[in-house]
Amino acid sequence: MAIGTLTGSRIRERRTLLGLKQAGLAKAVGISAAYLNLIEHNKRRIAGKLLTDIARALQVEPSVLAEGAEATLVTNLRYAAAALPDIGAEEARAEEFAGRFPGWATLVAAQRRRIGHLERTVEQLTDRMAHDPHLAASLHELLSTVTAINATASILVEPGEIEPEWRDRFHRNIHEDSQRLADSSQALVSYLEATGEETRSTGTPQEELEAWLEARDYHIRAMERELPVDADMLVRDAPELTTAAGRELATAWLNRYRRDAEALPLAAFQKTAEDLQWDPGALVEHFGTGMAGILRRLATLPTPRGAGRIGLVTCDGSGALTFRKPVDGFPLPRFGAACPLWPLYQALGRPLAPVRAVVEMTGRDRRRFLAYAVAEPVGQPGFDAPPVFEAVMLIVPGDRVRIPEERGLAVGTSCRICPQRRCAARREPSILAEAG
Amino acid sequence: MGKRVLLIEDEPNIIQAISFILSRDGWAVDTHADGRTAMDEIARRAPDLVILDVMLPNRSGFDILADLRADPAMQALPVLMLTARGQTRDREMAERMGASRFMTKPFANAEVLEAVRELVAT
Repeated sequence: MAIGTLTGSRIRERRTLLGLKQAGLAKAVGISAAYLNLIEHNKRRIAGKLLTDIARALQVEPSVLAEGAEATLVTNLRYAAAALPDIGAEEARAEEFAGRFPGWATLVAAQRRRIGHLERTVEQLTDRMAHDPHLAASLHELLSTVTAINATASILVEPGEIEPEWRDRFHRNIHEDSQRLADSSQALVSYLEATGEETRSTGTPQEELEAWLEARDYHIRAMERELPVDADMLVRDAPELTTAAGRELATAWLNRYRRDAEALPLAAFQKTAEDLQWDPGALVEHFGTGMAGILRRLATLPTPRGAGRIGLVTCDGSGALTFRKPVDGFPLPRFGAACPLWPLYQALGRPLAPVRAVVEMTGRDRRRFLAYAVAEPVGQPGFDAPPVFEAVMLIVPGDRVRIPEERGLAVGTSCRICPQRRCAARREPSILAEAG
Repeated sequence: MGKRVLLIEDEPNIIQAISFILSRDGWAVDTHADGRTAMDEIARRAPDLVILDVMLPNRSGFDILADLRADPAMQALPVLMLTARGQTRDREMAERMGASRFMTKPFANAEVLEAVRELVAT
């Protein structure tokens, strides 16, 4: 049976393992026990918010329920193998390894994640040491002050008489400089402590923001009200936002969310989106607003119960992913660059021209999605600066829209773990042995 | 009157300390604290030696050194570079650009004095 069709069985297995009654779990996620029973016997498909809610109640990642722990584990093992290709791990036997030695396989995957976090920490610290203008200026200030104290004190301790006027001046200078040294040392220590806060975080600021949004299913009710809550207040006490950089990203994201919500108020937009079958082109025509705002708004609507979630990615002009709302069956890379064939990048190459494409994710279950993308300028263009573009791509799963029968564009997650060997866009070899 | 040294440095207390030890040794010391106008000051004062800090307001000591070495009238002027950035890269750059001597902060007063004496004697 294909991955995804056994989600119910996995929910049942996990619930039993935790010693939860069916009625108890059903109540916790706000559905009837009878409906949960149908889900657990794989008689109802489950995805979206309900899957997220059940996963949270069962204390697992939604992907573990949707794809099985093994599929997630095998993907993580492939990332581990891709990180050290010279080792020659038997990538083709990753599934067999995960199946026969789940404990060891989990350990390998966990070590890879840990190494990833440590590598990022080292990178951040190295960057800071080498390029941080604040640190360079602080150290320069310290050395200059020490030099002044050292040169002045040397004069005072040398044998021979110094005129009283000069001696007094040097004493005063040493006193001033020692005060300055104390202040700048303290400032430096505070700065380094703040650096520690940034690097203690387990992920990047972007990952913090995504974890925070994931816990709210990317829909922020407080921002939909007529008088919204201040974005700063919302992020201040969020447990997932542990660093200043994470909170800053979240504030910027919320402010944009608010602007989109004001342009496209929730009730009207939701109803029209349903009427127009989530068609961004028709919605642009109806509301007379920009395409990128429509795509973002579609991705932040509440997911109807039992329906598949709509995903969203954005990238800047360099192609770096700046935001990821994942969707089942369309894995988004955590590190490094994504698949250059994504419609996102086609849109980036043709600013302002919307792109629509049926895409098919390479891999075992080859799920199909309808993708809409567009690149629009950020801010107001000026005469003396290059235009800055941001591309956005909406990823709609097959249970939300009718996907045209046409042949889909085969896309991957990133080259290293993509089996599509004959690909003009490939930038580095795949580690997948069965590539064909 | 003693030989003239122009000290181009922006830290007031370092200026006072270096000025004191050089004056006591018989040098006539002028000082200047701004990078942008440093070349004009050198031309106006016509010193026998320049002590030049790297990190100056408005213009780097390296840029000033490059201008000095590009000017035939100034090519032979001894320049003692001072910097708080004691990295090999800075030292190599100073040597490549024609600094007569390179010293890192914090320095010993005696070393500065010795370097000035040697550079002007040669």
